[in-house]
Amino acid sequence: MGEKSVVAARLFGPLAGLMENRPARWTATAALLVLMAVAPMIFGSYATVILTNALLYVVLALGLNVVVGYAGLLDLGYAAFFAVGAYTIGVLTLDFGLNFWMSLPFAVLAAAIAGVIIGGPTLGLRSDYLAIVTLGFGEIVRFSARNLEITGKASGLSGIQQPSIFGYEIASSLDFYYTFCILAIIAVIVSFRLANSRLGRAWLYVRHDEDAAEAMGIDRVRVKLAAYVIGAIYGAIGGAFFAVNLGAISPESFSFTQSVLILMAVILGGMGKIPGVILGAFIVILGPELLRDLGPLRLLVFAVGLLLIMLFRPSGIWPGRSAAK
Amino acid sequence: MTFLDILTQQLVNGLVLGSFYALVALGYTMIFGVIKLLNFAHGDLYMVGGFVGFIGLSAISSVVGGDWPAVFIAMLFSMIAVGCLGVVIQRVAYQPMLAAPRLSILITALAVSLVLQNAVLGLTGGQYQPFRADLGFGGINIGSLFIQYNQMVLVGTAAVLMIGLELFVSRTQYGRAMRAVSIDKDMCQLMGINVPVVIAVTFFIGSALAAAAGTMAGAYYGSIWYFMGFLIGLKAFTAAVIGGIGSIPGAMLGGLILGLLEAFGTQIPGIGSEWKDVFSFGVLILVLVFKPTGLLGRPEQERM
Amino acid sequence: MKKPLLTLTGIGLSFGAYTVLEDANFSVPEGAVVSLIGPNGAGKTSLFNCITGFYRPNKGSIMFDGQELMRLKPHHVTRAGIARTFQNVRLFQQMTVLENVMSGMHCRTRSGAIAAILRTPRQRAEEAEIRDFSMECLQFVGVTDDYNREATTLAYGHQRRIEIARALATKPKLLLLDEPAAGLNAGEKQELIELIQRIRDERGISVMLIEHDTGLVMKVSERISVLDHGVKIAEGPPKEIQANPKVIEAYLGQEGEEADLDD
Repeated sequence: MGEKSVVAARLFGPLAGLMENRPARWTATAALLVLMAVAPMIFGSYATVILTNALLYVVLALGLNVVVGYAGLLDLGYAAFFAVGAYTIGVLTLDFGLNFWMSLPFAVLAAAIAGVIIGGPTLGLRSDYLAIVTLGFGEIVRFSARNLEITGKASGLSGIQQPSIFGYEIASSLDFYYTFCILAIIAVIVSFRLANSRLGRAWLYVRHDEDAAEAMGIDRVRVKLAAYVIGAIYGAIGGAFFAVNLGAISPESFSFTQSVLILMAVILGGMGKIPGVILGAFIVILGPELLRDLGPLRLLVFAVGLLLIMLFRPSGIWPGRSAAK
Repeated sequence: MTFLDILTQQLVNGLVLGSFYALVALGYTMIFGVIKLLNFAHGDLYMVGGFVGFIGLSAISSVVGGDWPAVFIAMLFSMIAVGCLGVVIQRVAYQPMLAAPRLSILITALAVSLVLQNAVLGLTGGQYQPFRADLGFGGINIGSLFIQYNQMVLVGTAAVLMIGLELFVSRTQYGRAMRAVSIDKDMCQLMGINVPVVIAVTFFIGSALAAAAGTMAGAYYGSIWYFMGFLIGLKAFTAAVIGGIGSIPGAMLGGLILGLLEAFGTQIPGIGSEWKDVFSFGVLILVLVFKPTGLLGRPEQERM
Repeated sequence: MKKPLLTLTGIGLSFGAYTVLEDANFSVPEGAVVSLIGPNGAGKTSLFNCITGFYRPNKGSIMFDGQELMRLKPHHVTRAGIARTFQNVRLFQQMTVLENVMSGMHCRTRSGAIAAILRTPRQRAEEAEIRDFSMECLQFVGVTDDYNREATTLAYGHQRRIEIARALATKPKLLLLDEPAAGLNAGEKQELIELIQRIRDERGISVMLIEHDTGLVMKVSERISVLDHGVKIAEGPPKEIQANPKVIEAYLGQEGEEADLDD
């Protein structure tokens, strides 16, 4: 296993080395922000839609990263939180006439409750069981969405109104592109701050040695639930904006495949490390675009890629220390 | 139909369902026993088994027809082929990961599952593939209860396979070695038991049983699909947990119980057949929260 | 006579038919160093596990600083003021020395997710406090270089001391050390004795240790309790224990020849 890691490190080492260097990091970030700002002009409207998708995935992947990457809980049903956010917005705006910004807090609250409901039973489970139980929950949510009247059954909800802010209606794909840019940036900042905080460290302690963490006075129940709830909130916010962006949602967007794609984004780029997760999100969204010609084989390429990465470089493409920095 | 009629009809349905669940659950539990891993890709071996069985049946149906004997031949072919596939997967994907952190091997298993699913998706374009077996719909009538011959053959075959497994585990050297490895792998290594071979045999058998279930399911339900392993994987896991993970009789019992629960559950007003999957997951979560060792499982010694 | 800080009364612990502890009675006075010795399998670590909440005794009571510990979860016991180290050093993998010690401060601070996200002044002050106090604990045990290195890559003796620093970071009133001298050379053992004495004298923390090195135990303890097969067979100052025939007999079976109870 060691030699293969060395090869990968040789390939990506210089790039990672660049990122460790502080001034270089600031310049790179600034350049990235500028690029993000002008991308629609450079790449055109089709690319803008794809990039918006990628940015949504950045938010979702960062959320799942809290659960899997930091707290080490393999959640295979993360799309459930995504669904909760989207459907809460849909139902509240369509059936109850609330506007988007008023519904958003409810979406967040619903996600937090979902996080507790889904996380609660899994707290004492070993990782294999946890994975399958969370998967089961994901299916339950999708199933419920598909069979309940209030969520529009199989056809989902449509005609969701675009939100407006200070009188300006967020409607065009360009508007949504910049909206998701802002969301992604917020998500990144929040993730950084959490990672380097008391709670962020607590996640790592509990993840590496639950019993020793308890012996140090850390309440592992609270810490794990916090991971689920925070991850859920990321998902719900992503879902909320996803719903108004598309204007319509259907249960198919919240399937196990969706959960897997988000998980791939977290893992492919380097589990637990924020730049890696961002990279992973872009790979997962841009990859299929670049591999269009392969048609249904696209996901196979990803699956094989994931398998190869697990076998040869379990810490993802991005080398470097595995601490959550 | 009277209430008793409904009950007994569901009993039959439950037995049929339970047979499938039990066969797949056995593989789960056996593999968990020897390498302490829940093989996420196991349900997909059931799916691959269905497809290989279909290929086998298509190859021989012009010669042997499409009735049960042909299906059995196809099933045997599928069992051997997928059994080997299981061993290959274990060697290539899981063996190198046994020393890695828990999360890594779980994700690897997930990756294997995705590779299998998407490979078949790529080959079939995601369509339901009709499984052309000429099984007919004859049956016998007991009062107002109707039992198909197919159902009897199915349950009978499953029973034969399970009895065969039970004999293997209790009477043969490999079977005993398997049980020993599931109790203490390292000790077995020290005592000279060829652990890698035992693990390979376990994977072979577990995968073969799943393939048998897959082929029979294809024949019975009439179609196969790249995604069919997903749901059965979850159900089989539930069955294994109900019976107590790691326990072979437990998997059989759990499969049966889950099949019956589902069959009877569809009769509960409000649940119906759409919600039976949610019902099963609900059962899973309840069992894991309240009795994680299941009915026949050994309690795991946690703490220091 | 110092006031008792921790009192165990009638502790019984069995796993099925196997009895680990039988009517155990112990007390640890305030500001004292006491030791628990006994042959292997006597139940010493199990006693620690009962105190710290990892095992639930079948009967008895554990009073600590006026509080009953019996029903408490491990993290509550730590918050009440009892910290421990482990027999096999259990530092957090893939984390630095400093991060390991900082884990002790978790239960003494309060900033949550929201404070972290907003970087409130209180949160920033707390983070500084966590870092500073953790560095202080590291200085106290004498491991300050390499604080940014991965803890599990350091020398074994250093790892043991880091574990003690980590326990000290929880600001305990009682420190439980499980075989702290195992694997240390003579020089390190002397340093350990001095460290334990400083913990008592400079920080006012009581120390209870499980230890097999009887020489060290004689040197550092004010009182020694001897456990054999889950039952306390002797208790008293080192000189008494050394001369106690029951103790000698208990050890005789272990080592085949007379146990070296003198230095």
